Amino acid sequence: MATGTAVNSVSVKGETSVRRQKRLREVALGYALLAPALLILLVFQVFPVFYGLYISACDWRLTCREFIGFGNYTRAFQDSEMWHSLGVTATYALISVPIQLGLGLFIAYLLFQKIRGQQAFRVLVFLPYITSTVASAAIWSQLYSPDKGLINAALKGIGLQPLKWLGETQGIFGLMAKTVGLTLPGWASGPPLALVSLIIYTTWVFVGYDITIFLAGLGNIPADLYDAAKVDGASGWRLFRYVTFPLLSPTTFFLLIFTVIGTFQAFNHIYVMTQGGPADATKTASILIFEQYFQFNRAGYSAALSFILFAVILVLTVIQNRYAGSRVVYD
Amino acid sequence: MATITQPVKTQTVATPRPPLSLARILIYTFLIIFAIASVTPFVYMVMNSLKTYGSTITNNLWPWPPFGTEALQFQNYPDAIKEAGIDRSWNIPLIYRYFLNSLITVSLTVAGVILTSVMAAYALANMDLPGKNWVFLFILATIMVPGDLTLVPKVVMMFQLKWYNTYAALIIPFLASVFGIFLMRQFFLQIPRDLFDAALIDGAGHLTYLFRIVVPLSRPAIVTTALLNFIWTWDSFKWPLLVTKDANMRVLAVGLQQFVQSEGGTETHLMMAFATMVTLPIIILYFFTQKYFQQGVISTGIKG
Repeated sequence: MATGTAVNSVSVKGETSVRRQKRLREVALGYALLAPALLILLVFQVFPVFYGLYISACDWRLTCREFIGFGNYTRAFQDSEMWHSLGVTATYALISVPIQLGLGLFIAYLLFQKIRGQQAFRVLVFLPYITSTVASAAIWSQLYSPDKGLINAALKGIGLQPLKWLGETQGIFGLMAKTVGLTLPGWASGPPLALVSLIIYTTWVFVGYDITIFLAGLGNIPADLYDAAKVDGASGWRLFRYVTFPLLSPTTFFLLIFTVIGTFQAFNHIYVMTQGGPADATKTASILIFEQYFQFNRAGYSAALSFILFAVILVLTVIQNRYAGSRVVYD
Repeated sequence: MATITQPVKTQTVATPRPPLSLARILIYTFLIIFAIASVTPFVYMVMNSLKTYGSTITNNLWPWPPFGTEALQFQNYPDAIKEAGIDRSWNIPLIYRYFLNSLITVSLTVAGVILTSVMAAYALANMDLPGKNWVFLFILATIMVPGDLTLVPKVVMMFQLKWYNTYAALIIPFLASVFGIFLMRQFFLQIPRDLFDAALIDGAGHLTYLFRIVVPLSRPAIVTTALLNFIWTWDSFKWPLLVTKDANMRVLAVGLQQFVQSEGGTETHLMMAFATMVTLPIIILYFFTQKYFQQGVISTGIKG
């Protein structure tokens, strides 16, 4: 700041231009520091969205062979495989998200009850999340193996029928009914066992992550709120229902959005364990998109499919924001 | 946001541990079963990597003395390496090449991410720039773009840039991390402004201040970003599968999957040895650094 002492106008002017130059240098330096990150994000994150939109409007073989507008999209909407894959994806998410979050919250709440060895437990359950997906999926394929897997060996050991697990297209309710001699119609037989096997694996991977986040959320709830509720006579389930659960809702909401988006894009373990089979029972949208490009080299069609999947995710996120988001309590 | 130097609060209620009751015994039993389930597949992997083929398929749980007669089959490891084949261009076993490719990709990606994140976060946190809030919002908005949406166009770009089947394709698109920028910025904001004024008096400029003072002070944030990016990059599978073609450009995850597809499906003991080689480095790293992992994950999860 120019001080109030007698300064002639020339030196003030000189001072401001020096300062302006310094300021300009700082701004230039600041943007130079931002440039590498911004450039990478622009080129590989933002630009591909628009480029993908363009590709999806083309019959694409290395370049845009023919501009076909909505052609790929109309074809997708008439493609029964696309509807099937969206159905599989929805089933997968609808079963695995509540199981993952419910189990995660349950265990986190148990751990929060001043459990000995809590730290050791957290380290162990977090292990599946950090190890290589391809490796753990390969191990699980062996565990699930119909003839040489550990799971079937255990089932036989306790006198139960071995199952085909990842190779089973029949629904789980149908299989259960069969053990008591009933035959269920197709619509009532439930999700195929192959899909359920993938869900069990997914739960195994992500519960540790959910527990970690839930525990941090539980730790952020002020202790005096519990004390106040206890003074009012609340305990056990009511304490959880009326104090813990509402105050935990921002954490739960974050996990819900994150998990739904994650399950809609699940790919690595499905590709390693089933490649979408048997008989398309586990062919999620993500697998279909990949396959259309990787095996059939249909870049335009694959890009169109990914925009459709994105639209579905977007709609779901907006709905979750409307309905679940309005129940979130922020203090 | 909780600073990541603080231990994570998990027990806020300062009352003594309640005595052991039936309910608590049930809780412990349940938790112990769950912990066992979390590690069993890994134990199964290591054990089967040391058995003969016969013992893996008959589910002989302990074929070694004192219950069995088999010796520990350490030979499975060199056998798996041999089975995976030779990289003709460098004349080394392909598995070594996969390791090298993974290490090159991971180390360059992590180093690049740290550098770009530190620089961008410093500009956002410590400098007075016009429009920087918009820039930050823009950076945050890019995480809304799901990876699947940009997959095909990005692969097409790799062909057009002539990066297909090169390290450039594996590394360059991932040299910026929104998570890294976000985490560093939060951390930098907590460094007292007085430090900068003091450095200024000593004649330091922004760059000196950044690399001499801010970076050394931010080690926890840097380590967390580095570790998480390490496991994410180590784990990446879909992208390397799409942008590499030759066996000698594969990373470990792709190499393992191809092995499972071809030989591994039948030769379980070798596949388990391969899987152990891929997994064990990460597990060991994790046990030494698990504090940073968990805190890093929490700081992505709980924002604001």
